[in-house]
Amino acid sequence: MSFSVQQDRKYAPSHEWALPQGELVVVGVTDYAQHELGDVVYVDLPDPGERFAKGEVFGACESVKAVADLNLPVSGEIVEMNAALVDAPETVNTDPFGEGWMVKVRPDNPAELDELMDADAYQQFTSELK
Amino acid sequence: MTDEMGRTRLYDEHLALGGRMVPFAGWALPVQYEATGALREHRAVREAAGLFDIDHMGQLIVSGPDAGAFLNAVLTVDVRAVPRGKAQYALLPYDDGGLVDDVMLYRLPEAWWIIVNAANRAKDLRWLIAHAGAFRVTIEDLSERTYMLALQGPRAQPILQTLTAFNLDRLPYHAVARTEVAGVPMLVAATGYTGEYGYELYFSAEEAVPVWRALLEAGRPAGLLPCGLAARDSLRFEAGLPLYGHELGPDIDPFAAGLGAFVRFDHRNFVGHDALLKIMLEGPARKLVGFEMTEPAVPRAGYPVLIDGQPAGTVTSGMKAPTLDRFLGMAFVPAQQAVPGAEIEIVVREKAKKAVIVKRPFYTPAYRRAPERVILPQPARMSDLRATAVR
Repeated sequence: MSFSVQQDRKYAPSHEWALPQGELVVVGVTDYAQHELGDVVYVDLPDPGERFAKGEVFGACESVKAVADLNLPVSGEIVEMNAALVDAPETVNTDPFGEGWMVKVRPDNPAELDELMDADAYQQFTSELK
Repeated sequence: MTDEMGRTRLYDEHLALGGRMVPFAGWALPVQYEATGALREHRAVREAAGLFDIDHMGQLIVSGPDAGAFLNAVLTVDVRAVPRGKAQYALLPYDDGGLVDDVMLYRLPEAWWIIVNAANRAKDLRWLIAHAGAFRVTIEDLSERTYMLALQGPRAQPILQTLTAFNLDRLPYHAVARTEVAGVPMLVAATGYTGEYGYELYFSAEEAVPVWRALLEAGRPAGLLPCGLAARDSLRFEAGLPLYGHELGPDIDPFAAGLGAFVRFDHRNFVGHDALLKIMLEGPARKLVGFEMTEPAVPRAGYPVLIDGQPAGTVTSGMKAPTLDRFLGMAFVPAQQAVPGAEIEIVVREKAKKAVIVKRPFYTPAYRRAPERVILPQPARMSDLRATAVR
């Protein structure tokens, strides 16, 4: 089974993606992650203003049978969370790279993006899992 | 999947249908199917029909001249009140009033069938044998030879009807009959675990694949979907049906679980009789309640319940209920605090989230709804027709 990836962004081994957007970084979970989770029923996201270190748990994604921690791929301050996911959590399943985005971060250190995997490396990484 | 997991005869069918296999009570079963997922499967059962492989469950057969008397000595119901060809939900208690299992009993002409939870099959069999004493009974485990499927939903009847000459209008809720379906001899029970009308089907294990395929084929035009364990759990949860290991267990009595209606004392001394009588008279120490989150969060089994900031119990089952689209759960709380409207908190990943106690069941099962008033059109009278013609 192959999952889609987007070339324009970077990936963490915990299956979050990080997309630079001006001075901010948009964060969500990958197609692989949404498939593993199954039907998403609730996404627990932080409020703007909260700060997290790279790798720190910033929220959770709940599906019918599982809860997955969300780890922030870069350190920074939450600037916006995707309120649309409150009423439509299933967007994470249907459009994980687009409308299913979760938070926007003002990164403390944009160089941290270089530490993440590019699309091909992430693709390779997921193919080796299981 | 490891080799330790038992495989039902439909294992390859499930894989071919995109089933995601998980271990359950020692068996590899589909939690959901790739193309559909748990939510769509749940909805299919509420709106059309679903087909479940539940072969992991056990079928124990009790027969012999003393079968009725024996069952009355170990179950909480009076089996003499169960008519032939009917099903009865019953509890199998320990001496102290806790539960060995919850079971479905079918009274057939030649024997009693006891349908037991997969995880409890060996335990239940040992328990029954240990209590057979001087009763002239034969207790057999037919589980290996018998395949079990569930066909559930508002369209279950028309779908099944296409495969049998038996008039299913003559099989009301909780009736059981032997007939032939898809050319296979079958025990058909109008029972289920979803809150919808439907059937549980029992037949020779050899026929598992052809029967499964025949049902899927027959039901396809009506929207029948194969359904996995996730949908099975969310359906029974909404309908307020207990699951052993969650709402029921060795340290949970029927009164705590709200199942007092299934405990009869009148006529004979069954295992646990005195302990249960005492609990009934004094009231159980804790009670099972339903609750709804007032702050969004998914309450899951095992999460602590707080009342006035103090630990008061544990969630037994909880989820975002698919049909109701609400965050709901069940938990045991101290009996005096089991009041609808009472505010409680559920600890979700170390944060206390607010909830309120609500009545159960969350979803009224189809067979508990008041029949719709049907207002039959009055036959037209000639005077009416003439009157309208003038206009």
